[in-house]
Amino acid sequence: MLKVEKLSKYFDAEKALDNVSLTLESGRILGLVGENGAGKSTFTKCLASVIKPTAGTVELASGVSVGWIPQEFNLAADLTVSENIFLGREKSRFGFLSKAAMREEAKRRFQKLHVEIDPDGLISELSPAEKQMVEFARALDPRHRLWLMDEPTTILNHEEIRRLFAIMSEFKANGGSIIYISHKLAEVLEICDDVAVLRDGVLVGIFPAAELDPSKLARLMVGRELTRMFPGKLSKESGEEVLAIEHLKSGKSVNDVTFTLHRGEILGVAGLAGAGRTEMAEAIMALRRVDGGNIMLNGKNVKFRHPSEAVATGISYLPEDRQNSGILPEFSIEENVTLTSLARYCRGLIRLSAIRREVKRYIGEFRIKPDRPEAKLCELSGGNQQKVAMAKGLDTRPEIFIFDEPTRGVDIAARCDIYEFIRNLADTGVACILISSDMEEILGMCNRVMVMREGKVAGFCSGEKLTQEELMYLSLGVQA
Amino acid sequence: MKKTINWKNLRDSSGVWIALLLFLAVAAISNENFRSPQNLINITRQVSYSGIIALGMTFVIATGGIDLAVGSLFALSGIVSLLAMNATGGTECVQLAVGLGVALGVGVVGGAFNGALIGAARIQPFIVTLGTMSIFRSLSLYFANAGLIGVDNSLYMQLGMADFGGIPLSTLLLFLLTVTLAIILKRTRFGRYVCAVGSSERVAYYSAIRVGLVKFWTYVLAGLLAGFSAFLLGGRLNSISSSGAGLSYELDAIAAVIIGGSAMTGGRATVTGTLAGILLLGIVSNVLDMWGISVNLQGAVKGLVIIIAVLIQYKRK
Repeated sequence: MLKVEKLSKYFDAEKALDNVSLTLESGRILGLVGENGAGKSTFTKCLASVIKPTAGTVELASGVSVGWIPQEFNLAADLTVSENIFLGREKSRFGFLSKAAMREEAKRRFQKLHVEIDPDGLISELSPAEKQMVEFARALDPRHRLWLMDEPTTILNHEEIRRLFAIMSEFKANGGSIIYISHKLAEVLEICDDVAVLRDGVLVGIFPAAELDPSKLARLMVGRELTRMFPGKLSKESGEEVLAIEHLKSGKSVNDVTFTLHRGEILGVAGLAGAGRTEMAEAIMALRRVDGGNIMLNGKNVKFRHPSEAVATGISYLPEDRQNSGILPEFSIEENVTLTSLARYCRGLIRLSAIRREVKRYIGEFRIKPDRPEAKLCELSGGNQQKVAMAKGLDTRPEIFIFDEPTRGVDIAARCDIYEFIRNLADTGVACILISSDMEEILGMCNRVMVMREGKVAGFCSGEKLTQEELMYLSLGVQA
Repeated sequence: MKKTINWKNLRDSSGVWIALLLFLAVAAISNENFRSPQNLINITRQVSYSGIIALGMTFVIATGGIDLAVGSLFALSGIVSLLAMNATGGTECVQLAVGLGVALGVGVVGGAFNGALIGAARIQPFIVTLGTMSIFRSLSLYFANAGLIGVDNSLYMQLGMADFGGIPLSTLLLFLLTVTLAIILKRTRFGRYVCAVGSSERVAYYSAIRVGLVKFWTYVLAGLLAGFSAFLLGGRLNSISSSGAGLSYELDAIAAVIIGGSAMTGGRATVTGTLAGILLLGIVSNVLDMWGISVNLQGAVKGLVIIIAVLIQYKRK
């Protein structure tokens, strides 16, 4: 039904998919598992022709059309449910839409899914679980013979998952095939015939589900050799406690997080996408509403109403999404570096010479290219932009620095500079938090790692227990 | 390489200055009345009232906002100010002080009202100021019974006519305010924050900038300048018309800002460019007068100038 040959996809220099080949017979369900960034979503997007592969071919048996259920909803909020289900495949008669026919068909599909959703209701009024059902209804088009399902069960309850599996089995019995991506390994093993494991864009192998158990599968996902170079680990014992977070809550994404942070320490924060790591950092910085819990800074309870108060007490945050929250591409290096700390350079007017002096120092220290303080950020590479963003965080003279995915989209040379910088910062006594989906990075940089799962702290690893397998078990909630 | 850098510089305010000089040269060669010094001075005086408003608009647009209410606020400040002067006893000097205070006060309060709705309640600037444009105009019509409010104060009259070495007071103030506000935009924390907010609100927020407050103050500034400008015009005319004063000043101001090279979407702004923009608009309508082109057609030409200016901006991107 499907034949993929030597499929590769590069984003700039980064390999998201590397030479992946596989075939899928009709009437089979293939599970696809891997860490964050292993290339699962990229793979399905290539199959769904949403993005163009750099190399390789995707061959579908003739007449096979693909129903794609993406991880993030692709629904038009202001259209009705049935308008969404038939978006781009509207039924029409004499050039006019036949609304009644579409409504009937939508109703039939919802009956099949055992859900009651009004086909004339607006998408914006639906709950997330209902939106997911609309996505399923859309894929239920009888012409689709191959489904690509990307994390379909994340927001479903047990009952809904049962029904979904029943529909998948029926689809399979009728000769349809499914590629099923999920982090919930027990579910993968239950519904799938075979499981393909991706690691860093490479296909590790395809294994019959009957021969696997969750912990074996978790090991396959992480079983890479640690080859990257990191600056030596911190030798010094970390100092006294600077920050204590107690029962922190924020919306649905952060639920009862408790941990402590010490001077001169690099605390790693691992977890799968959606585990609430970024949200936790944003809640500490008052970038996000805090619904409960305490933030203790040097033994004192603090409540920030605005990020500027967090910055003033000595916390810096390097946002995960550099392009949209970290830097201003149309501003120069010096304007970006001093944006948060500008008050320090003002006596009525901005003291440009003082800024120039300070920024030149950062440019030298971080080896930022180009080395002109007045160069605009849009002229810089991703790695250099990230160095500017770090200099910006450092210029507020923090006691605590939270790095959120500091090396994402960064070339290897800049990556090493960034590791060295974090390491040196910790050496000078700054307490660092390193949020990362890159497990090798976490293992290379941190002595102690907190793992989050579904908004909660799943556990801490340090010393001998700090291994890829242990982190993956905690991230997935699998018993060893 | 050199050439691209030159191009880039043109993108900001120097482009409009070149256009202004070219236009000036064409106009001066084609018409001898145009090039008389008195005519040129008159142009600067004529544009000074909407020009001062355009300077404030530069800050509002730099945050990515828009203020449609400045023209109406101009009328309201002027009307209330003259009413207050008429109601005040005492010397002419006291009257004048009251007039200035009230004009600025009404401008600030009106601007703060816009700013609070936009900065704190986070309503879209276009919607808020569309509403207050109507409110302010309606209030000034109500206070003045839809007519003129006059004032009899010889000191105020002298002030309106005052010049320094032939340069009218309002022209002088326009230039002075341009320099001051240019420094505020480029060399103060507030100015930097204004551009940061316009460039990306999200990045500004993540950079611990109080986005709502920054926006609030830009509308207060726009209101303050509208009030000040109304006070100047009141002295010049010794009256303010509740229906005619400040009519479409907001559009002239927005046009001047865009012609001056600031980005409509915010983030990139130039106060001196706005000055050039307002002068260009003044010269265009003056020269059309001189050439004897129907007043009714002048709006079309003005519109073309605006569209061409924006087209050039897009081309450079």
